[in-house]
Amino acid sequence: MAAPSLYNLPGVTAVPAAPSLAGDAVQSAAGLAPEASAASVTVGQVLAQSQVEAVLDELDRDLVGLAPVKARIRDIAALLVIAKLREQFGLTVAKPSLHMCFSGNPGTGKTTVALRMAQILHRLGYVRKGHVVSVTRDDLVGQYIGHTAPKTKEVLKKAMGGVLFIDEAYYLYRPENERDYGQEAIEILLQVMENQRDDLVVILAGYKNRMDTFFQSNPGMSSRIAHHLDFPDYSEGELLQITDRMIDDMHYRFGEGAREAFADYLKLRLAQPHFANARSVRNALDRMRLRQASRLFADRDRVLTADDLSTLTPADIHASRLFATP
Amino acid sequence: MMSNATGRITQGQFSFLPDLTDDEITLQIAYGLNKGYAWSIEYTDDPHPRNTYWEMYGMPMFDLADPAGVLMELNACRKTFPQHYIRMMAFDSTRGVETIAMSFIVNRPANEPGFGLVRQEVNGRSMQYTVHSYAADRPEGQRYGS
Repeated sequence: MAAPSLYNLPGVTAVPAAPSLAGDAVQSAAGLAPEASAASVTVGQVLAQSQVEAVLDELDRDLVGLAPVKARIRDIAALLVIAKLREQFGLTVAKPSLHMCFSGNPGTGKTTVALRMAQILHRLGYVRKGHVVSVTRDDLVGQYIGHTAPKTKEVLKKAMGGVLFIDEAYYLYRPENERDYGQEAIEILLQVMENQRDDLVVILAGYKNRMDTFFQSNPGMSSRIAHHLDFPDYSEGELLQITDRMIDDMHYRFGEGAREAFADYLKLRLAQPHFANARSVRNALDRMRLRQASRLFADRDRVLTADDLSTLTPADIHASRLFATP
Repeated sequence: MMSNATGRITQGQFSFLPDLTDDEITLQIAYGLNKGYAWSIEYTDDPHPRNTYWEMYGMPMFDLADPAGVLMELNACRKTFPQHYIRMMAFDSTRGVETIAMSFIVNRPANEPGFGLVRQEVNGRSMQYTVHSYAADRPEGQRYGS
């Protein structure tokens, strides 16, 4: 692609102006105008310009619990801000590796945090667009020979400039089937994760012990991921807080004694197998809405008020099969 | 008479300019993506002006957000066909438009011999004229010394 100087165009210099233009576009897209960022030297100023603080506060406010995760995200944000400041002084910064792994039990908020992470990275200008492409094994791995590479590449192309979120990432590797195409997808992923760090951030998510096995059998993947975040299970109190928020979002409310009944329900449910944290709470609430609906439905002649329609009574909760068994 | 003064084929946009750099190509791709076009990559070693349909390199890329993905595909194509003509096409899928909105060459062989004029005598003394690519005399895949 050598450019022969075939034509003398007026106003064209030997060095094309395009690279700096591209740089401007990226910077201003991230809310950091180059002139403004050159002047700022305090952490506060970078934070103010990039509005990362707002996202972090929102994270604190909207997500219950998850203290270690929040602390880790603050650390990462701090690292990125300091890297930005170093850049202004011309200190060479190897671009920090931002690929992450979120491990934790179901319903602990991995996907939600990934969405927030994309926002933070976008505001700091580490990804250009800040969109999240959420995929699972089916989107990456093909069904016959030669099907996997184009599929994986297509997903990667869509995720460029944003965050690729691979849910249940451990399914990519199936040791029991040696002709599995998952390995091919992993190799392509690794290559892009290494060579195009500027263009893409990959977040793997999955259950803790299965992710550990996955990394043991794919050491290359493990070493390319800088940040391993563990999502702890929610405590009973936190789950109740989550319930309050969910029920608020659904425009329902607990009637007299219903919140206590729900706390009892949670205690029983926690002891049962397959508890999926916030997801189980949501499902329980959905079932309680069902019961409330059929309770109101049964009484045909009653005039219903808005209050009736939005109140969950202890009876709706106690009808759960959990209370029947003991 | 010199019929191939620049030694370059001029088709599509920007073809009278020096070759675009990758940064310039990225800007063009970003422009197209902002307009909602779907980019695709095509290659050929028979760049006759009437050869409208070149070979597709992969599928057209719908639903992309960032030019880096398109550029990745372009570089893969360049690696596979270093001595072919490669062009970028932007498809505008707006209902009622549904056509190629941008098209420009991003890769060309090192040596472009161009086209010769072919004369054919028909119906007595009438002449018919056409152009013929010098490179197309050789079999597909061996043109342009690849």
